[in-house]
Amino acid sequence: MKEGNTTVLFGLYDDEVDLLNAVKKANEAHLDILDVYSPFPVHGLDPLLGLEESRLHIAGFVYGSLGTMTAFGVMTWVFTRDWPIIFGGKPYWSVPAFIPITFELTVLFAAIGMVVTFYTICGLGPGVKAEVLDDRITDDKFCIAYDVSNMASDKISELKSFFSGTGASSVSTKVI
Amino acid sequence: MSAPVAPVRLPLVEGGKSYHDITEDIVSPTENAPGTAWVIAFLISVVTLGFGLFCIFWTIYMGIGTWGSNRTIGWAWDITNFVWWIGIGHAGTLISAILLLFRQKWRTGVNRAAEAMTIFAVMCAGLFPLIHMGRIWLANFIFPYPNTRGPLWVNFNSPLLWDVFAISTYFTVSLLFWYTGLVPDFATVRDRAKGIRKRIYAFLAFGWTGKAKHWQRWESLSLVLAGIATPLVLSVHTIVSFDFATSVIPGWHTTIFPPYFVAGAIFSGFAMVLTLMIITRKVLNLQEYITVEHIESMNKVIVATGSIVGVAYLTELFVSWYSGYVYEQFAFYNRAAGIYWWSYFGMMLCNVISPQFFWIKKLRRNITFTFFMSIFINIGMWFERFVIIATTLARDYLPSSWSYYMPTWVEVGIFVGTMGLFFTLYLIFTRVAPVVAIAEVKSILKTAGDQYIGEKANDGDHKNSAH
Repeated sequence: MKEGNTTVLFGLYDDEVDLLNAVKKANEAHLDILDVYSPFPVHGLDPLLGLEESRLHIAGFVYGSLGTMTAFGVMTWVFTRDWPIIFGGKPYWSVPAFIPITFELTVLFAAIGMVVTFYTICGLGPGVKAEVLDDRITDDKFCIAYDVSNMASDKISELKSFFSGTGASSVSTKVI
Repeated sequence: MSAPVAPVRLPLVEGGKSYHDITEDIVSPTENAPGTAWVIAFLISVVTLGFGLFCIFWTIYMGIGTWGSNRTIGWAWDITNFVWWIGIGHAGTLISAILLLFRQKWRTGVNRAAEAMTIFAVMCAGLFPLIHMGRIWLANFIFPYPNTRGPLWVNFNSPLLWDVFAISTYFTVSLLFWYTGLVPDFATVRDRAKGIRKRIYAFLAFGWTGKAKHWQRWESLSLVLAGIATPLVLSVHTIVSFDFATSVIPGWHTTIFPPYFVAGAIFSGFAMVLTLMIITRKVLNLQEYITVEHIESMNKVIVATGSIVGVAYLTELFVSWYSGYVYEQFAFYNRAAGIYWWSYFGMMLCNVISPQFFWIKKLRRNITFTFFMSIFINIGMWFERFVIIATTLARDYLPSSWSYYMPTWVEVGIFVGTMGLFFTLYLIFTRVAPVVAIAEVKSILKTAGDQYIGEKANDGDHKNSAH
């Protein structure tokens, strides 16, 4: 989505139940929703919008495995190849003693990797300017937005009647 | 419409709040000028912090000789304070991670402040090992990195190094978890703010708008972070206990240490959360979000973990007697009846006997009583670490090297200074960030608001009225 040239028609709802019903109706009428915004995660919304389950946890597993291998690999290399030292008569490759650090780095890599991935794929980060449709969306309003940039006026009035028919408390247009 | 909720569940949000009321109540403390109580508390904290900084400077300038530690008792107040602070830092992640996995809704009222407390407590804790090194300017030597000293590596087999990894990982993960939870709430603050405040919060909110896909990923991220933070919490204090348990000192070399330390950490952490939340809810007028129900839930955790700690103390005594090993027996005789008998007595009184009052429901729901108990437990848990560390070292294998330890003004100053640091950061936090997780409280409103469940629930069709 390029910035500054998308005209958005959006309606605000007062309750998540109204929002869910409206999304159902939009699906029945084959209206192509651009996005839905809410002040908190609304459960039951993802299947209605056809959103697939997030694969973030898979990324987390990959990062975690990377951490496991890094920690175990580095300790093995240091204590068997680079600078072998005998501690307390134990073997150079004293695996049980490597477990705590291996565990900690697994968690560390998974956490940092997932958080960075999350902000990257969401396009969020320090200095990112939020395209706020309405200030009340982070407070108590639930919003359905349609892209009406290249839409014929009769389609737009169809969307407006959709909003009034589903109980939207306000309908407005904004260019984002 | 209210979702089906078991009738035994009591409301967690009182006062018939709408979504807008929640925003209003939680954000407004960050928008108004601070009250006199806050200003006085802040000034006291900053002055104590300043004195603590001077004592740290004095330690580094003059050397560790300014402390009461001696050749026999090498670990004393510093490590006691380190373990105490780390223990306090365990409640936040426990509340936000383990209680998220257990789907405990009362978590939402207290998790934000408890996590903030965790982060500040870990900062205070981390300070002690650093200054104990003596040459703090070489502190970077504890990290393994390719260096020009060989390259000489750190000892990966040492529990002290495991501690470095455990605590730095714990701090990082707690910080990430806390901030990710804060992002949507910063967006709420941003969308109400004007002028320079709006620009600051717009930066902090990372451009959050509340898109459905973002919320879905946010929930997925929170769940997985909770999943990995749960074993992390348990590992951190386990590794702290390894600092002692892997040594050959009688009284330290015990396999009971990891579970006993973890239970003690949760115990002291919840006590500190209660101390802070009881004041915070009153000062910021959040009694309807941090209810007596929340306090009772935390008191239940306290009585459970306090009893585990009590059983651990008694098990230690029994096992030392049963072992038939004279040095082990002496170590425990020395703890209970030796020169530091008073700290053992304080520990037993505050940690084992006093939490048992919480078996009584009336006392669990009594806020004043809970407040004093939480202070008691904090003192008791400090004594526990002192008993384990200083008392044990004071009477080692060689009677000729037996010694006594008293803190100097420098050590007392540093400890008081960390209190100052902790409270300074906490007080700033209450002014700049929403103290209760706004989005999370909104998401449980319909299953935990008192207009939907409990005695005051009205049966009609209720909607969140528009404002």
